[in-house]
Amino acid sequence: MAETRLHAAPERWSGLSPIKFVLLVAVLALIVASMTQVAPTPKQLADGVPGMIRLADRMMPPNLDPVFLTRIFWRIVETFQIALVGAAIGILLSLPIGWLAARGVTPLGRGGYLVKAFVSLLRTIPDLVWALLFVATVGLGAVAGTMTIVVDTIGFCGRFFAEAIEDAEKEPQEALSVIGAGKVSIFFGAILPDTAPSMINTSLFALEKAVRSSVVLGLVGAGGIGQELKVAFDLFQYQNASTIILAIFVVVLLMEWATDRLRASLQ
Amino acid sequence: MADVLDLETTQKRAAAIRQGLGDLVLSASDLGKSYHGGSRILDGVNLNIRQGEKVALIGSNGSGKSTLLKCLIGLHPISCGKVEIMGDAFTDTAPARVFHRIRRKAGFVFQNHCLVRRRSVLSNVVHGMLGQRGSWRGFSQTLAPQGWRDAAMEALADVNLASYADARADSLSGGQQQRVAIARALVRRPQFLIADEPAASLDPVSGHDVMALFATLCRDRGITLLYTTHDMDHARDFSDRTLALRRGRIFIDRPSAEITKRDLQETFDG
Repeated sequence: MAETRLHAAPERWSGLSPIKFVLLVAVLALIVASMTQVAPTPKQLADGVPGMIRLADRMMPPNLDPVFLTRIFWRIVETFQIALVGAAIGILLSLPIGWLAARGVTPLGRGGYLVKAFVSLLRTIPDLVWALLFVATVGLGAVAGTMTIVVDTIGFCGRFFAEAIEDAEKEPQEALSVIGAGKVSIFFGAILPDTAPSMINTSLFALEKAVRSSVVLGLVGAGGIGQELKVAFDLFQYQNASTIILAIFVVVLLMEWATDRLRASLQ
Repeated sequence: MADVLDLETTQKRAAAIRQGLGDLVLSASDLGKSYHGGSRILDGVNLNIRQGEKVALIGSNGSGKSTLLKCLIGLHPISCGKVEIMGDAFTDTAPARVFHRIRRKAGFVFQNHCLVRRRSVLSNVVHGMLGQRGSWRGFSQTLAPQGWRDAAMEALADVNLASYADARADSLSGGQQQRVAIARALVRRPQFLIADEPAASLDPVSGHDVMALFATLCRDRGITLLYTTHDMDHARDFSDRTLALRRGRIFIDRPSAEITKRDLQETFDG
């Protein structure tokens, strides 16, 4: 009681400095200003909703013709192959890249920052842009898709592998160093076992991401089910499109379920 | 054949030590260590250890015990002075290859064992072979040559843990993990073993067992042992000689049996 009388309560906004307040107002003003430019107006929404209902109506029922379904099945298989092979190669390449980029561990010293910058470059360019580049260089088809997934996976896993390596327990590394082990032996003997759970987790996320990416890569001609989806929309075959969208939904859902189960078993 | 020769060498070494004929294994003169900012951790340390000796290094927290051990194997660079370990000498400008040579000949046991937790006990002991020429396969027992696996199993048997070879390192108790660390240090049959408070993280019974194991293995194989400890019983019971470090200097160097209560007071209170 006496304690309460002696000490006044802190200011209500004690954590908010004038600079923070100005920044907060500026961000809010930017959002409001942007909304007037790009957010849908109520009129546009009112006009668009009936259009969407009409499109949904034209998509029903999905095309369940066995010949079409067989074609879609093989396209789904190809999509999965692009994701699997691309992610596998990307994850394998991310191991040495992550090691070379990891601060305090890389044998390149300050050169590690260059590797990190290279990984950032791979990550910041969107996968569809990579796909356009690879379609332009190796031509239309699944190979361009696989190469896109490889690059995209390195951008993702390279960063997280490097962070995991930086956070690995230092004592076992020191112990192996004292024994006279080289940097490669320390990587395989102490760092990799310690970071394996984190790396497997990251790899599963990368695989999930690769499946989602490989679905849309076909839109720019990089193989997989996306190519079928583009053709269906271009030719106004909306019933075909709804079948493809359902197939994509099932594949992505199955993939997420499988990786969730794998992650849970690793806990 | 190689094993027979190894055994003969070890027996000869042990016999020579019993007769007090051991060569100089470690010699440090005017060794100093200071960090950026000027604080001097070690200040003119002079130290000689003969083959087969078991030497305890005592001192209060911050007296420089661990720093001294780490300087001896190049984990911390020294600021001045000269160190010679089994024929390899270094100063403050030593190239890395000198420390590689020293580390190949000497074993090191850390206070908190520093095992790779997710690897098997056997893999951790096989790690002891890393650093040997052409031993890149030593990072896992799965890939290691059969000779190394046999040597690791033998080292595990020496510390009474052969039946745990396949267990994960972190499934063992603290005392058992420290015994695995000892096996890892012994697998290469080092001539010189350095241990940084090997019993500090263990309960009194496990700590005593680990120190007894150390002393027995070193005596039987003629291994020179230098270890740090806070426990005077461990210094008296398991070493021939005790060194006391205070403010970065060795101020007591005499047979362990002759260490008095007053010495201890000066070491830990001073």
